[in-house]
Amino acid sequence: MCTVCGCGAGEVKIEGGAHAHAHVHADGTVHVHAHDHDHAHDHTHDSTAPAGAHAHTHTHADGSTHSHDHVHQGEHTHDHPHHHDHDHGHAAHGDLDYGSGPARAHVPGMSQSRMVQIEQDILSKNNAYATANRKWFDSRGIFALNLVSSPGSGKTTLLCKTIEALKATLAINVVEGDQQTANDAERIRATGVPALQINTGKGCHLDGHMVGHAMERLKPAEGSLFLIENVGNLVCPAAFDLGEHHKVAILSVTEGEDKPLKYPDMFAAADVMLLNKCDLLPYLQFDADLAEANARRVNPALKVIRVSATTGEGLAEWLDWIKAGVAVQQGKREATVDALQRRIVELEQQLAAR
Amino acid sequence: MHEMSLAEGVLQLVEDTARREGAKRVKLVVLEIGRLSSVQPEALTFCFDVVTRNSVAEGAALEIVDVPGAGWCMQCAATVPMAELYGSCPTCGSHQVQPTGGTEMRVREIEIE
Repeated sequence: MCTVCGCGAGEVKIEGGAHAHAHVHADGTVHVHAHDHDHAHDHTHDSTAPAGAHAHTHTHADGSTHSHDHVHQGEHTHDHPHHHDHDHGHAAHGDLDYGSGPARAHVPGMSQSRMVQIEQDILSKNNAYATANRKWFDSRGIFALNLVSSPGSGKTTLLCKTIEALKATLAINVVEGDQQTANDAERIRATGVPALQINTGKGCHLDGHMVGHAMERLKPAEGSLFLIENVGNLVCPAAFDLGEHHKVAILSVTEGEDKPLKYPDMFAAADVMLLNKCDLLPYLQFDADLAEANARRVNPALKVIRVSATTGEGLAEWLDWIKAGVAVQQGKREATVDALQRRIVELEQQLAAR
Repeated sequence: MHEMSLAEGVLQLVEDTARREGAKRVKLVVLEIGRLSSVQPEALTFCFDVVTRNSVAEGAALEIVDVPGAGWCMQCAATVPMAELYGSCPTCGSHQVQPTGGTEMRVREIEIE
């Protein structure tokens, strides 16, 4: 049903009968008035809308991608001066003209505008990109992790240590998300593995589309480890699936124990929480057990590992967890390849039998 | 949180649908936003105005349907109203409550001409 004037598909309306119209203006005000006759009418909503915001993506010589929005002047003007023209299409001699509406036709009981059901999740576009990314990772036996935390929890240092420990046995690619600068990607490249910086500009998180482009650039090897360091932000990255296999939340002991309660979405979305900077515990009043209990309150299935990127404490457990994940992905790929090879043999036999 | 990205997500869905339906203009966009979805309707309305400039949905009215929060409490074995995500059961105080309603962020329908 058309919610504006109550007519539309499945609704029987008698032409010429009394009905009411609600007009919604650009400024959100709703204006209802009744008519006792049917007529076509035009609305002109003249708004002096300035040029809006739009985004540019630049690709730099080093392969970094850099997106930013331009917001033009006058962007915050909220006054939409408008006039409201009712073109009632009264032709000469008082005749009624039903053909002057936008559709140049009149169907009794049908308004010239119509409602279209969408019923789709707002994040469905992002989720579609993420699903494609995950499929691509799975088909190549790649294990992908999305590392999320607030700024300054030690994500990049922890990543560098992880890479140093694993790079001899495992191919690793890293995507670094930050609002500005390529500092983190440079730190990762210093360890000898390929890294790609994504600058989100005004954006507060990476999305599935950005990561898809990063995958195309980095071309990670089959059976490798793909690490995504998200923008330091405990709020927004929780909602955006990148196609990773697990989100890993990093909480450092220099933050508050109640962070999992203050930012529950992130800790609920994560499968693993690394409690970092544990070497500092003797100097702080941080209750690590309470922090773990708080995190489990929002996510009872959360795996918690206490680590220190500086001293290497707890890193063995973290590295073993990564290796196990990579092995599962490699196994999945081998199973797929085996199944395809069997299928090829079957098809060849069928062809030969002809 | 990130209402600007969400507004852009809404606009993409609206533009795709408008193109498919051959619409000249979008007059109304109806969203369903759950109370547990951590979306600020006011911020989303503001962002929607900004992102729809110079698009087929410019000047479209935005209607946000509020969906109340609900959860299944394991202790009470009942559906209970929820005011916040990961909150406790209003009846027994248990935190073992699985959200069952109010987390949605959906574009329900649009009106086009």
